[in-house]
Amino acid sequence: MEDFYRDYILDHYRNPRNFGHLENATVSAEELNPLCGDVIRMDLQVDDAGIVREVRFSGKGCAISQASASMLTESVIGMPLEAVAKLSKDVVLENVGIGISPTRMKCAMLGLRVLKTAAIGSLAAWPDEE
Amino acid sequence: MIHVRERTAQEIRADFPIFARPTGRGKPLVYLDSAATSQKPQSVIDALDTYYREYNANIHRGVYEIAARATEAFEAARARVARFINCAPGELIWTRNTTEAINLVAYAWGNANVRAGDVILLTELEHHSNLVPWQLLAQRTGAVLRFIPIDERGVLVLDGLDRLLDGCTILSIAHVGNTLGTIQPLDRIIPRARAAGALVVVDGAQGTPHLPVDVAALDCDFYAFSGHKMLAPTGVGALYGKRSLLESMPPFLSGGDMIRTVGYERTTFNEPPWKFEAGTSNIADAIAFGVAVDYLADVGLGWIREHEKRITRYALERLTALAPRGLVVYGPRDPEHIGGVLSFNLGDVHAHDVASILDTEGVCVRAGHHCTMPLMEKMGWHATARASFYLYNTEEDVDTLVSALEKAARIFKL
Repeated sequence: MEDFYRDYILDHYRNPRNFGHLENATVSAEELNPLCGDVIRMDLQVDDAGIVREVRFSGKGCAISQASASMLTESVIGMPLEAVAKLSKDVVLENVGIGISPTRMKCAMLGLRVLKTAAIGSLAAWPDEE
Repeated sequence: MIHVRERTAQEIRADFPIFARPTGRGKPLVYLDSAATSQKPQSVIDALDTYYREYNANIHRGVYEIAARATEAFEAARARVARFINCAPGELIWTRNTTEAINLVAYAWGNANVRAGDVILLTELEHHSNLVPWQLLAQRTGAVLRFIPIDERGVLVLDGLDRLLDGCTILSIAHVGNTLGTIQPLDRIIPRARAAGALVVVDGAQGTPHLPVDVAALDCDFYAFSGHKMLAPTGVGALYGKRSLLESMPPFLSGGDMIRTVGYERTTFNEPPWKFEAGTSNIADAIAFGVAVDYLADVGLGWIREHEKRITRYALERLTALAPRGLVVYGPRDPEHIGGVLSFNLGDVHAHDVASILDTEGVCVRAGHHCTMPLMEKMGWHATARASFYLYNTEEDVDTLVSALEKAARIFKL
């Protein structure tokens, strides 16, 4: 688990990308990790063709949830909203590049769950349980 | 003197088989989460095994030998736990845990006695289990909740207590806070609550494991506690209630074993404590609870308290030395006023990340909101890490905690 805290993870934790809110968001969602109380919000701006043009995330949490969410925002810009709704846990696992222990899997998946919830328009399942 | 005590703590460790096993990473287990649940000594594990191997039978019914033996052991355990907190066996109700014990009071006594506009007084640092049952009682009855405030150290502010107690029907308060470990000055609070005519309920989940508890001296009406935080198995707890209250209040759950006579239309109830124990009880775990309090009494609550103060003082010293790396300890920070619990954070590292890195060194701590979300919000803490100490912890455990924290600081470049 200590291997997880690599430089690029700590960089995303301390300098999160696309952090904040979107005033003119097309869709938004906010959910918490009941395990630790961490909350993440995702605001997405989608154009008429259904392409994600801008994403902002906000919230407070551990390095795993924050870095995963930060990297995820970079992954989905330019992606059709329909594809966002169908993303699997693999996108997160590929982004972080390091094995995540089962006890921290929910932390890593929180951002993706919120993103998919925004895309689907109703509460998405935990990506690691799909 | 210190060497004698340290040797004793080592002897105590030898009674707990879990410490003989390394963690999955091959490290010795450094268990600093006894406020969540304690480890179990061999004698408690044996008691479960013996019951199931030798005399497993239902109680209060069977006329055969092993049923009689089970009933006798079950009621003997009740008497031992009752003696442990200085009440009569007839005043001790078995429950699943502290939460169920508090719910029993909130439903059975609360529904019968609380009216619209009545005041239920709590404190700002209660565990969810001593908050949510009262919120629901207030919703059912139209009662209102009030809270004794805390200062920036998490210490109760008692200046306005008499005003808060004015018109108060119930005061329910933790004996020892689970997040900051604060020992509440019940000797100063309960007499004033009595004078105001309030029913006094004490959440003793963190009290009975760590402090000598005498419910008669405390003069509370109810005292709720869990077995699993004091060396007993999970799934068994207890509620002390004053005999007169237990006689006058209606039952909580109903069904078998809590009745005297049953007709198709009407039922008369058994006497306390059985009136509050519907259905087959948790026989094996209750018997083991009796063995657990024997173990604690054998070691001595006075010794346990002094041992925890010593470990806490040492941990405070060692953790304070990490302040330049960003370590902050919350709460009263005075071993005299805390029950073996320290909450802390390390720089900008989230408590869950701290706990994950400590885990790689075999160190078990709790991280998060500790089931006290309103307290965390009031204090402006997102999450904290919590180390809690018990009779089997040693100064070496603290040393391992500190070196694991130094590792976390290194990984996060603090």
